[in-house]
Amino acid sequence: MNKAQRNILIIISSILLLLAFILHLSGVNGPLEDSLLITATIISGYPTVKKAVLATRMKAFSIELLVTIAVTGALIIGEYVESAAVTFLFLFGAYLEAHTLEKARSSLKVLMKMSPQTATVIRAGKHEIISAEDIQKGDRVVIRSGEKVAIDGTIVTGEALINESSVTGESIPVRKAKGGEVFSGTMLETGYLEVIAEKVGEDTTFARIIDLVEEAQESKAKTQQFLERFASFYTPGILVLSLLVWIFTRDIHMSLTFLVIACPGALVMSAPVSMVAGIGNGARNGILIKGGDTMEKLAKASGMVFDKTGTLTQGKPTVTAIRSYGINENELLSLAAEAELMSEHHLGRTIVEEAEARGLTTTASSGRVEVLKGQGIKAIIHNTTLLVGNLKLMLDAQIPVRQEAGNYAVQQEKNGNTVIWVGAYDQIRGIISIADPVRAEAKEALNELRANGIRHLVMLTGDNRYNGEKVGRQLAMSKVFAGLLPEDKVSKIRVCRQKGERLVMVGDGVNDAPAIASADVGIAMGIAGADVALETADIVLMSDKLDKLAYAYKLSKATVRNMKQNMFFSVGVVLFLLLGVLTKNIFLASGMLIHELSVLAVILNAIRLVYFPESPFQPGRWIRNFSAYAGTILPKGKWRKYEMN
Amino acid sequence: MKISKIELEELTCPSCINKIERTLSKKEGVQEVRVLFNSSQVKVTHQEDLISADQLVNLIEKLGYRVSGAVHSS
Repeated sequence: MNKAQRNILIIISSILLLLAFILHLSGVNGPLEDSLLITATIISGYPTVKKAVLATRMKAFSIELLVTIAVTGALIIGEYVESAAVTFLFLFGAYLEAHTLEKARSSLKVLMKMSPQTATVIRAGKHEIISAEDIQKGDRVVIRSGEKVAIDGTIVTGEALINESSVTGESIPVRKAKGGEVFSGTMLETGYLEVIAEKVGEDTTFARIIDLVEEAQESKAKTQQFLERFASFYTPGILVLSLLVWIFTRDIHMSLTFLVIACPGALVMSAPVSMVAGIGNGARNGILIKGGDTMEKLAKASGMVFDKTGTLTQGKPTVTAIRSYGINENELLSLAAEAELMSEHHLGRTIVEEAEARGLTTTASSGRVEVLKGQGIKAIIHNTTLLVGNLKLMLDAQIPVRQEAGNYAVQQEKNGNTVIWVGAYDQIRGIISIADPVRAEAKEALNELRANGIRHLVMLTGDNRYNGEKVGRQLAMSKVFAGLLPEDKVSKIRVCRQKGERLVMVGDGVNDAPAIASADVGIAMGIAGADVALETADIVLMSDKLDKLAYAYKLSKATVRNMKQNMFFSVGVVLFLLLGVLTKNIFLASGMLIHELSVLAVILNAIRLVYFPESPFQPGRWIRNFSAYAGTILPKGKWRKYEMN
Repeated sequence: MKISKIELEELTCPSCINKIERTLSKKEGVQEVRVLFNSSQVKVTHQEDLISADQLVNLIEKLGYRVSGAVHSS
């Protein structure tokens, strides 16, 4: 039975039901109406009965069998309206469920469509179009404008703008050229590339993401386990009840109705459907949440622990400002770079890199260099003494420091920079500021986390106390622990967890792997392509943007809330049905109707998560908006106190 | 040992999981069956000389489920 055939059955039986209803209204009761209803029962019941028979033949229990028994019973006792309505609702309900479920599960399917079917490769100097599955490692793959990338590989020629949103969730295209890496599932917007395939088929990062998300969607959250336990007692319990009712009261109506409501549909559907929608939403945004359990733990987190370098900061010291006196910026930079070329200090390298980035020549000239520990370097080049280092170095060499320069340096240091003075020809020539800048989005992301319920934001760093506290102050962290070895980070996390904190550890996934593994939830970020993190972390943020972290946290809360709504609703419906049947207010057809409606309701509720954070249906917000509006038009005074905030 | 991934039409009732898992795992040559309810897929680890992917598809169809997508084997 395919979809088209099933749809035809639905249409025919609904027409029959409608005709019977019209006959009933026009007062023509009797054999014609009955035969219409019986035909409708048979037509819409056919797929259900067929499934029941097939399953029984394979010695498997099925809900279809219960419905078949109930409907047969209804036919025998002459309740044709009930039998027709039950089979129709069961069939039509399944149709609606399939469609709505598809929507709730759509995120992953949208992603999967991003992997292309074919690709162009150059083999023996010829362009060949082959199936994506047939690409071999080492093949030279051609990618043109508008095409999707089929493999992971390194660019050998060409330049292009690539949209990597399917992998990182970032929709701003990235410019890539020779030596850059491309990922399967991403799209070349404009340009032309030739790439050597390094990972193909199931080994690409993209294929592994899909696989991880598929597995994650199946893993069970605690709530789901609870509901499934409930359901595993529910169905047999209801069947026993049905039998008992029949034995003791001979009330065949009630017994049959019990059979119809025995399917725990909404109950077992409620938790997984929310999870699927939530996990799928994450995956579409470059956030891999590796299971329902992790989702629940993230939502409950009370504290977050961050690594500093590379997580809160960009991880690479850069020249943030240059001020020169008497010469221009580039001249100053070349001077400093020339001296630093001979030193091996990492801040020195930063200066050299900046000079190179600006296209300044930085050939080392022959000269004498003296490294003054803790102060800087003293170089003699072209018969002049060149000093590059801290203020003390300048003062010791008796170079006059003007008030303005001093104030500027203090200001730069307050802003989190390391200040490097350059002195030459017995004068201050300039000040170079270097910092590992805090990520631009860090402050806002952290504020958002705080606003949404994370009480403690802690920083653990291997860096020294001074640098650690600078970043900590900038981001208003609750606590900073500096000078830590990787194992110290692990023990700090252990101690906090013993105190009852539910901790999330956020790091780069490589150096912080042990700390990530020891937290309640380990999050690795910015590792498109790094294999280790995909395995060790509970959550992987594919792009290295901290705003994705705030997004992940909010998503987890929304998902858990959605799941709880579904859980309370479905348990409520079950109790309602039981009460209704026992008080003889609910019979076959109405029982089936309520059952199907409740299943649809939980699916529709979960679909809101697909659209998170822009849900099309937000009664909570509507009420708040309305009351805010009401607040503006209501007279001041006693009404004010009812205003919501 | 071979792993076959069989894609089904949208699975709607979680009771299908037990039905499919139990039926398939009873067969000789089938080592592990996992129904991925949310992605509407069945992953079967089986010995190909005892039971082929086509035979598995056949069994699932006999239970009343349409196999919609390609069978990936690895």
